[in-house]
Amino acid sequence: MAAESTHSAKTYFWNDEKTRAIIYQILTAAAVAFLGYYLISNVQSNMAKQSIASGFGFIEKEAAFEIGESLIEYSAADSYGKALLVGVLNTLKISLVGMVLTTILGTIVGVATLSKNWLLSRLGNIYVEIFQNIPVLLQLFFFYALFYETFPVPRQALNPITGVFLTNRGIDFPVPVAHPAWGYMGMAFLVACITVCLVNRWSVKRQERTGQQFPMFWAGLGILVGLPLLVWIINGAPTEMNIPELKGFNFSGGKNISPEFSALLFGLVLYTASFIAQIVRAGIQSISHGQTEAAMSIGLKPAHVLKLVIFPQALRVIVPPLTSQLLNLTKNSSLAVAIGYPDFVQVAGTTINQTGQAVEGVAMMMLVYLTFSLLTSAYMNWYNKKIAIVER
Amino acid sequence: MNTTTSIEEIKPPITNVGVIGWLRQHLFNGIFNSIATVLILVLLIRVIPQFFQWAFIDSVWFSSGQECHQAKGACWSVITQNIRFNVFGYFPYEEQWRPLVAMIMLVGMLIYSRDWNRWNKKLGYAWIFALFVMGLLMKGGLFGLVPVESTKWSGLPLTLLLSFFGILASYPLGVVLALGRQSNMPVIKSFCVVYIEMIRGVPLITMLFMSTVMFPLFLPEGVTIDKVLRAQAAIILFTAAYIAEVVRGGLQAMDKGQYEAAESLGLNYFQMMRKIILPQALKIVIPPTVGILISAFKDTSLVVIIALYDILNTTKSILSEPEWTGFSTEAYIFIAMIYYICCFSMSQYSRRIEKQLEYKNTPPQQTS
Amino acid sequence: MSTEQASSQPQAKDEQPIIEIIEMHKWFDDFHVLKDINLKVMPQEKIVVCGPSGSGKSTVIRCINRLEEHQRGKIIVNGTELTRDLKNIERVRTEVGMVFQHFNLFPHLTILENLTVGPIWVRKTPKKEAEELARHYLEIVRIPEQANKYPGQISGGQQQRVAIARSLCMKPKIMLFDEPTSALDPEMIKEVLDVMVDLAREGMTMIVVSHEMGFAKTVADRVIFMDFGEIVEENDPYEFFDNPQHERTQLFLSQIL
Repeated sequence: MAAESTHSAKTYFWNDEKTRAIIYQILTAAAVAFLGYYLISNVQSNMAKQSIASGFGFIEKEAAFEIGESLIEYSAADSYGKALLVGVLNTLKISLVGMVLTTILGTIVGVATLSKNWLLSRLGNIYVEIFQNIPVLLQLFFFYALFYETFPVPRQALNPITGVFLTNRGIDFPVPVAHPAWGYMGMAFLVACITVCLVNRWSVKRQERTGQQFPMFWAGLGILVGLPLLVWIINGAPTEMNIPELKGFNFSGGKNISPEFSALLFGLVLYTASFIAQIVRAGIQSISHGQTEAAMSIGLKPAHVLKLVIFPQALRVIVPPLTSQLLNLTKNSSLAVAIGYPDFVQVAGTTINQTGQAVEGVAMMMLVYLTFSLLTSAYMNWYNKKIAIVER
Repeated sequence: MNTTTSIEEIKPPITNVGVIGWLRQHLFNGIFNSIATVLILVLLIRVIPQFFQWAFIDSVWFSSGQECHQAKGACWSVITQNIRFNVFGYFPYEEQWRPLVAMIMLVGMLIYSRDWNRWNKKLGYAWIFALFVMGLLMKGGLFGLVPVESTKWSGLPLTLLLSFFGILASYPLGVVLALGRQSNMPVIKSFCVVYIEMIRGVPLITMLFMSTVMFPLFLPEGVTIDKVLRAQAAIILFTAAYIAEVVRGGLQAMDKGQYEAAESLGLNYFQMMRKIILPQALKIVIPPTVGILISAFKDTSLVVIIALYDILNTTKSILSEPEWTGFSTEAYIFIAMIYYICCFSMSQYSRRIEKQLEYKNTPPQQTS
Repeated sequence: MSTEQASSQPQAKDEQPIIEIIEMHKWFDDFHVLKDINLKVMPQEKIVVCGPSGSGKSTVIRCINRLEEHQRGKIIVNGTELTRDLKNIERVRTEVGMVFQHFNLFPHLTILENLTVGPIWVRKTPKKEAEELARHYLEIVRIPEQANKYPGQISGGQQQRVAIARSLCMKPKIMLFDEPTSALDPEMIKEVLDVMVDLAREGMTMIVVSHEMGFAKTVADRVIFMDFGEIVEENDPYEFFDNPQHERTQLFLSQIL
């Protein structure tokens, strides 16, 4: 006997799965569109009432404000566009320097927390506990206050190392006097880098062919240091340094880092390094002890165990969260506005204050940071795909 | 055949156990470690006594600003003499018992709610009642309490308020966003993805700026929201995106079999999520969620930049007075300790839960 | 009373033991984990060590390739005494191969790379030669076709066989096995034991910590029972299983058989 369906064969369209999904989506899209329309029309009428211009025309107007420090030439007579560019460059500057320093510091502290030396690991852990649990803004204020409250005026500058002076105007340190030799050394360093790559390739091929190992680490170090050194000697070994000297009320000569930049750098680096230390530590611990034991049982030397077995696996675990933290450092650099370092947010904020164009200003701020974030995500996705450990 | 003879208790070599053994293994294990130990001890010997001298022996605790300037050591008076303003900000002086009681109630309720076994309907009602009372204490206007505008709410109560309601409201919003991101409907999914990625890609400051300068433009003429509410909205919208990502991790970690079992029982989408999936997924991600809570708590300090007076900003105001200028170190150390104690307790709580539910160790998530 | 050291193969009177453990003690902090261990292993001898968990049987073989350090007594492997001298340790490790309970293959390297990393970096073999050696041993453990896969892509039994091949590529004189089949699903135990039996028949000196009694009966020259850190009883397999002398041995055997 054929079974008969007791329900009508017709499905009402509002019960149909697909139709329901479409209806939900139309409703959502409509709600969002309506909300958007409502907000935008409010914005437009409010802006009209307050006679705020709209559009990006202000970019070409004269900025009429000074910027404390800049990587390029800038004065108050330049346009808003140029001012914003200065801001972006300043953000890049603090981000890049900060990323390098915090990675180094974070790795050192992370390895220290794993050390068998009880003192080292305790100190590392205390560092991580303290710096993670205090807001980064508070740390910035603290370091900034160090400069303008604790450090003395140039006349009574602190002199921890010869030539380096800590004052409330920042840090002054000696730089080499301009001499063609330094330019040649720079080129020599680039040549050395290329040479190291080539030598490395040669040594790998040679090891594949004959089995002999080449001390690449020391050789590479020697080339990177030796070649520029050689060029320096050939050019007369110039040693003249531009040392900061007290002239009147301030130092002249040498190079100065502003208190704003220094405080921002210290605060960001120390804060982010505490998170990086935990990431590095977790990455190294994630490699099961059996891997080390297996590698040692084959007879591999400790240096080779690290290089061939531990590092490749640890890096896979460390790099993704590390990249997130470095991105966080970049985002946190926006706090510069609180201590007066002219990063992009600070410059854009001033622009908003003067032109009243809040929408464009905030949109630009978000755009700049979104660009950083999306570039970083793209890089991470690429990296993850490339080194993923193959499984079933 | 080897038979076992009774071997008397042989003690391990003396260099291996006891104090000497510990010292050898943990402090002087090899050349590098020995040198490091010595260097660190030298450093500590030079720094710690000096610090003690400054912080405790030469320090001044209850004097005026002038006397502080003349003293050699730390000026803790900057805290003790200003404590009321530091903690309560601009809240009217005579009424400051009200935020104090409200804070004690909040902390008390939180500590009581730590144990999950106590979560039941009665606790839910108790919370609702407590929140109502806290709101009343802060706002006033009824029962003979002097009304106090929200613009005067500042100091530690403001910090606690912004963090507590920040995470309270962003949690459901974040869960909805996470579910939306997992959905098969492209429109809903793309809205959620765009929202989450956009918010996570920008610093909290830009959201706070947006709330101060842009929110007023969004509203029709004549309608205003007060500043605290704007900042709170920004914090909620910001934190929700991070919660969404964490919850998404939990949803993805769920066994597919759970979804299938629920569907085959005939549960519809909402029932399945409410009864089966979310309870498990949310439990899995408690540690990173507490991490977000800790970050949200620390991030309330950013309202300094939009001129709201949380506890960090009240500290700055105190330091800007001529009498107390120059004692930033002491004041900031005090605030740092408050933050440290709060954040540390929260992370200890999270670790306890982790142990209870036996997770594998994952690195913590910093959200900003 | 059984004989002192039963060995089923004739011994040359002046042949030197390839492993000698003399009055060895080991402590983990205060815990006396190995008590007065004395053991002589002759070349080509196969020894199976069994005992309850915590008896120290794994610790003993881990001391032989210095994955654990002993505090008292002597361990001499192939003429080299194991002390703190790093050169000695390295020499011993190249002559002793170890197979772990959890395989410990390197997940980021292919099977072939897992096998060649030792010969290339320790014995300084050119890459081509190392790869030929690797493929040869993959044949011996019967999975030559998996050379370019990654450990995550093959089964547990295959992984353990690769682990055996990895140790063999170093041409060791002694092979240590630390519960090699304990982490395997039942249907994969046989393929690994077959490889181990082949290895035994080829003449390799083997010390195997295992509960696989069938394997012991097939291949072992001696079975050693350890309990609470001491060697309680040792005998040839048939005597050991049919006629355990010691009370503790009898108790243990009754629990696993």
